[in-house]
Amino acid sequence: MKKVISILVALVTVAALCACSGGGNNPETTGGEGGTNTDRKASNSVVVGISQDIDSLDPHNVTTAGTREVLFNLYEGLVKATSGGDVEPAVASEYTIAEDFKSILFTIREGVKFWDGTEVTADDIIFSVERYAETQGEGSAFSIFESIEKEGENQIRVNLSEPSSEFIYLMTCAIIPASYGDDPQGAPQGTGPFAFDHFSPGEEFVVTKNANYWKENCPYLDRVTFKIVTDTESAILQLNAGTIDIFQYLTADQASTVDANMFNIVVGSINYVQGMFLNNNAAPFNNKLVRQAVYYAVDRQMISDMLFEGTSHIIGTNMIPAASTYYNAATETTYTHDVAKAKELLKEAGYENGFEFTIKVPNNYKPHERTAEVIKENLAEVGITANIKLIDFNEWLDVVYKNRDYEATVVAVDGTLAPSSFFTKNVSDNVNNFTNYNNPEFDELYVKALSETDKDKKIEYYMQLQQILADDAASIYCQDPSNLVAVNSQLEGYVFFPISAQDMSVIKYK
Amino acid sequence: MKKKRNYNLIIGCIITGIVLLLALVGLFWTPYPTTQMSLELKLAPPSIAHIFGCDHFGRDVFSRVMQGMGTTFLVSITTVSFGMIVGTIIGFLAGYIGGWFDEIIMRINDVLNAFPSILLALVLVSFFGSGLLNVIVALGILFIPSFARIARSEMLRLKGLQFVQSARLIGDSHGRIIFSQILPNAYTTILASAAVGFNNAVLAEAGLSYMGLGVQPPDASLGRMISEAGSYLLKAPWYAIFPGVAIIVLVLGVALISEGVSKID
Repeated sequence: MKKVISILVALVTVAALCACSGGGNNPETTGGEGGTNTDRKASNSVVVGISQDIDSLDPHNVTTAGTREVLFNLYEGLVKATSGGDVEPAVASEYTIAEDFKSILFTIREGVKFWDGTEVTADDIIFSVERYAETQGEGSAFSIFESIEKEGENQIRVNLSEPSSEFIYLMTCAIIPASYGDDPQGAPQGTGPFAFDHFSPGEEFVVTKNANYWKENCPYLDRVTFKIVTDTESAILQLNAGTIDIFQYLTADQASTVDANMFNIVVGSINYVQGMFLNNNAAPFNNKLVRQAVYYAVDRQMISDMLFEGTSHIIGTNMIPAASTYYNAATETTYTHDVAKAKELLKEAGYENGFEFTIKVPNNYKPHERTAEVIKENLAEVGITANIKLIDFNEWLDVVYKNRDYEATVVAVDGTLAPSSFFTKNVSDNVNNFTNYNNPEFDELYVKALSETDKDKKIEYYMQLQQILADDAASIYCQDPSNLVAVNSQLEGYVFFPISAQDMSVIKYK
Repeated sequence: MKKKRNYNLIIGCIITGIVLLLALVGLFWTPYPTTQMSLELKLAPPSIAHIFGCDHFGRDVFSRVMQGMGTTFLVSITTVSFGMIVGTIIGFLAGYIGGWFDEIIMRINDVLNAFPSILLALVLVSFFGSGLLNVIVALGILFIPSFARIARSEMLRLKGLQFVQSARLIGDSHGRIIFSQILPNAYTTILASAAVGFNNAVLAEAGLSYMGLGVQPPDASLGRMISEAGSYLLKAPWYAIFPGVAIIVLVLGVALISEGVSKID
């Protein structure tokens, strides 16, 4: 009997541990940056929890939004994104777009330095822009880049092969030293407000204040640690234990469990498009009718209600509502939850008895997994069997994103400041067209929209592009969830961007 | 002498019986469909209609516990059986043949034992890919060494005894000696450790599913349910508690049986 009792005790302990220490992260221990909030206030440092590992230190070769968010603090382009969705001069002190929209003239800011104190030269800028151009594939927005050249002592001109009013948004591409050659991974160097300190994969990414930053009194903080916490539950425990100061992407449910005395909850929009992306080459999703049927069968409001207490913005295309000028709100209601219509379309497509397919879902973000669960349930109503397969995010990048070996996947995609960026992934020959979407009409219109200089016409083209995507049911676009961020109440200045960015340079202790 | 009742065995059998019955019924019938979602019932507390409450999709927790117990039980019983059968054969052979064969087998065993079992399971699962079948295979392989070790020591103990020597003198074949002479004398020890192994398997499956490597959603397993419930621990404690209690009861029942079996002479 003694043995039984000891087994019982052990069991209870295990159960308690299981329940409390999600992901095996002990909230008491932190890597590197130890101590409580008060200690960190004294050393003017902040710990930010991030849910994805950093995939690359090379600013020109970044795959994940999670990495872009962090690198935003390290690198800058000739211009830099503002939280309002526009650009402001950064490495360049001013810029002029030519009247024919075929070239842009930049004046290099006086005394801009890299972290190590060396001054940024025109050669560095030319090297960086050319290197970035090389990494962008054919059919990308950057393909209209023709040349970059020096003009006089401190000016640089970027020439384009076709007129574009949007190219200035792409000049946010990072400026790195020309001496780097091909490998900025080893010892990165940039001009951003924070300088790289060290990176332990899977653990933390630490940056320190760039003393040479061109902007006066910026940044406020001396040190920022981006701590990788892959699961939100343990992040909440760490927030409440005081080892993390900022953590984003909380749901309303989760935010209510964060200690309200220690944290303010700041609300923004996540600015990504979450949905079930379909491989348009894989049967039966190569049939437009099937895709439409699936769209009618999926109850997007239910997903929002189940996952985000109904706070997300239901959407109909790749475009985020925050890009309001170009946003086509009509696409939100192109499809409504209509089981009868879905069945009818399935019958027309010859899948009267439904079919079976697999949704590959990256396992690092719970909402994707849960969205897949709701979709599975919705599809069961019309006789379609969806199997969910959870896979590691790195495997997802390799199998789904790069090799396109999948039928359906639930993820989120985002864009940059340029409205065209939301559509490049759907251009048939684009390297990032992981859904294999192919519509010549769309490709043609995309090119027209990109080169259009008249703003009204441009808006009209983008509206049409969105309508095409919606009509084709290219993928099942679901929602742009609200983003609740827990911010240590001693901190102020947290801002949201319409792109993937967490700007630490504006954050300071009260 | 009046025979003392083996209460451990009786109580253990009753508890396991009830659990098994629930799990078996769960295969064919549950009070509510296990994947039926309902917005109104999202995180609803326990009530008469839903005695264990509802989860974050408004699914009935009791129905899912029934299904989950089945899954967990199935995984545990198959992995332990696999480990036990393969382990016993290997252990018997190693003990019976002895010499260099014994050395090689037992050193391989030691190597497997040197890694923490859950870590090894993680490596195997990430190698094979997630999914129920792969979890069974991974855990099954993990259970081989402990059974091999026990079977081998039993073999060494019995091999030298008089009746085995006699059987050998009569000219019994090796197979007959192993299966008719040794096995009947070794099985209580092996079965008792099978029960302990079963408990480890339940916890290991729960652990792997907790990490999202085992059962794929929306299928329920007890470990997966606890993992899902983690985010709602403060808001809806019943969601985590009931699957947790189910694990405890399941393990307790088998632990009692194991105690009971080891007392049978």
